[in-house]
Amino acid sequence: MSATSSAFETAEGTRELLRLVTCGSVDDGKSTLLGRLLFDTKQVMADQLEHVEETSERRGDGYVNLALLTDGLRAEREQGITIDVAYRSFVTATRRFQLADAPGHVQYTRNMVTGASTADVAVVLVDARKGVIDQTRRHTYISATLGIPHIVFAVNKMDLVDFDEARFREIEAALGDLGERLGVRDEVAIPIAALTGDNVVDRSERMPWWTGGTFLERLERIEIARDRDASHRRFPVQWVIRPMSDEHHDYRGYAGEVAGGEWRAGDEVLVLPSGLRSTVAAVETYDGPLEVAVPGQAVVVRLADQLDVSRGDMLCDPADPAVVARELDATVCWMHERPVEPGARLAIKHTTRWSRAILDGIESVLDVASLEQVPAERLGLNDLARVRLRLATPLVVDPYVENRATGAFILVDEATNETVAAGMVLGASV
Amino acid sequence: VRLSHLDALESEAIHIMREVAAELERPVLLFSGGKDSIVLLRLAEKAFRPGRFPFPLMHVDTGHNFPEAIEFRDRRVAELGERLVIASVQDSIDNGRVVEETGPRASRNRLQTTTLLDAMAEHGFDAAIGGARRDEERSRAKERIFSFRDDFGQWDPRAQRPELWNLYNGRIRKGEQVRVFPISNWTELDVWQYVERERLDLPRIYFAHEREVFERDGMLYAASDFVERYPHEEPFTASVRFRTVGDMSCTGGVRSHAATIDEVVREIAATNVTERGETRADDRFSEAAMEDRKRVGYF
Ligand SMILES: Nc1nc2c(ncn2[C@@H]2O[C@H](COP(=O)(O)OP(=O)(O)O)[C@@H](O)[C@H]2O)c(=O)[nH]1
Repeated sequence: MSATSSAFETAEGTRELLRLVTCGSVDDGKSTLLGRLLFDTKQVMADQLEHVEETSERRGDGYVNLALLTDGLRAEREQGITIDVAYRSFVTATRRFQLADAPGHVQYTRNMVTGASTADVAVVLVDARKGVIDQTRRHTYISATLGIPHIVFAVNKMDLVDFDEARFREIEAALGDLGERLGVRDEVAIPIAALTGDNVVDRSERMPWWTGGTFLERLERIEIARDRDASHRRFPVQWVIRPMSDEHHDYRGYAGEVAGGEWRAGDEVLVLPSGLRSTVAAVETYDGPLEVAVPGQAVVVRLADQLDVSRGDMLCDPADPAVVARELDATVCWMHERPVEPGARLAIKHTTRWSRAILDGIESVLDVASLEQVPAERLGLNDLARVRLRLATPLVVDPYVENRATGAFILVDEATNETVAAGMVLGASV
Repeated sequence: VRLSHLDALESEAIHIMREVAAELERPVLLFSGGKDSIVLLRLAEKAFRPGRFPFPLMHVDTGHNFPEAIEFRDRRVAELGERLVIASVQDSIDNGRVVEETGPRASRNRLQTTTLLDAMAEHGFDAAIGGARRDEERSRAKERIFSFRDDFGQWDPRAQRPELWNLYNGRIRKGEQVRVFPISNWTELDVWQYVERERLDLPRIYFAHEREVFERDGMLYAASDFVERYPHEEPFTASVRFRTVGDMSCTGGVRSHAATIDEVVREIAATNVTERGETRADDRFSEAAMEDRKRVGYF
């Protein structure tokens, strides 16, 4: 058996991974849409369907409730709502989808931020009867703030507005305005009815006026290969490989995931924060040397010189280095029930480096209804705020808008070790 | 350069392996001889070679394994030149830590939890890297990649930390532990495709072979000394393969003639029953069975 003899592998191996986050208010039909997607792409296994049929019957739903396919833990089943982020996957001929399902409940901004942090695409549910509401604005705002490059608005329950084109166009225009105001890079709205599957996987016969393709076709067509920062070379050192065996006596490899730019042997390197310089001797993996490594790839970089480089250091392009920062301006999402006030001390993890931070000041907090920044004395659960942080030891950062890997951080409570906030660098100073 | 989904999943998993190694003091990698943990070993090679693994391997041995899996385990460990710790359920029974179940439905699956927790305490392991995946079972869909367990090894769905970007928070207090699942986001099909791509060797029971089996609850089980059969459960010979290598008492096989990885992958791509629904007897009793076991520290 050889790998090339398998036509199956060749076809399968070229699928691209697309990470999605789905968001909507309670009852917009998100679970139904996901269930529909799984069902119509034939990803529902016989035993799962059997289970859903039984449960639908027991609950007296009166139809096979596909929303039950994506429901989770027992506590939530009892409450009948989703309260955490659930991850699942499905495949089509061209893509492998990884789906983070963030619940729509009003107070769960933190779940959406979590799901959004790794997403290439946000799917935002809109109820065609209600149009653009506060929740829509909030979800779009979070998607934009988290730097998700593409937003797909699924305008659902079109059956309840008689599949009316004028109603859809009205919502589409309002979404266009919203996207523009929030600086969304790429957005599209699609009219669907999740319950009946119209325009989800199969084209709707009841909306002949719609020629923009189905929801799934849209997801399959989004171009994501160029979304990551390919122009600024960044490589946070994660682990130093030093076998010190007879065979590899002098081997010293810096292992990590490429965070920005394209890496090749011969590239000039600046190590931060130390300021040491060298050149790349080799970019390699277990499988051998690479001609080029791109963002998202886990590789090993070897340098031409024996330097003192360790975990937490950042290798950069000397012509275009990241900022060695002592102070950060940042957007944070506070994720803990316990509020925080200026003066608080927290642990901070950025790329592969830990430091400590003092919350120096709260500039403003987002008022989610108006999307205006308003003054605040403290941060509570689900607040999205602009803050200033002072660092005990420097971090090597970029603005989040330029690089989602080197602009992101988490804050951790030093007493409980809980992750209490997600942060995105707006600006940095020494 | 466009990365395939396997490349992306592989890089993610390698990153996670290196984070555990860097952030936890004494991790251990759980190796059963099953395909998911065989994939973990390859990922560990990719993460740390030409260096040695920064952690030992551990097998929680129920004593009721397929002999093919044990033979494979020992061969693979020898090839890698890494250290293997064996935590034995039989020892836990002999020491009175757990009580052996009896009767035709007896299984050592539930007993593993105690053996695992005892071994982690004995060796001072603070992180166990395992091959569980989110697609295996519905309650796993919300499992974190770094999953926290309290001093009793218990998992509380409400006490889990949010996981953002690829920034894992591995900070724990003394006595607490983390379970880490680097292939959380993989599906069964991804695992098989990866096995094929990497040309990983697997125990023979994953491929169709003739075996003495008997039928129970619509599933086929290997006839062995470890399972007591009801009188009507006459053994017969069939061509089967297994989709997991768990305890023989609760691992069912499927009728199959798929003799190569390629054929198995085709069969799985076409299949319409989930891996657990098909082959794990212990989950069929209660919908929330897994959740209950997780609460008490099951992997
Ligand atoms: N009429 C109609 N009802 C829908 C549609 N999609 C979902 N629903 C219903 O809306 C309700 C909420 O749906 P669900 O998927 O549970 O919403 P979630 O809270 O967003 O996950 C359920 O009663 C669904 O049957 C649709 O396209 N048309």
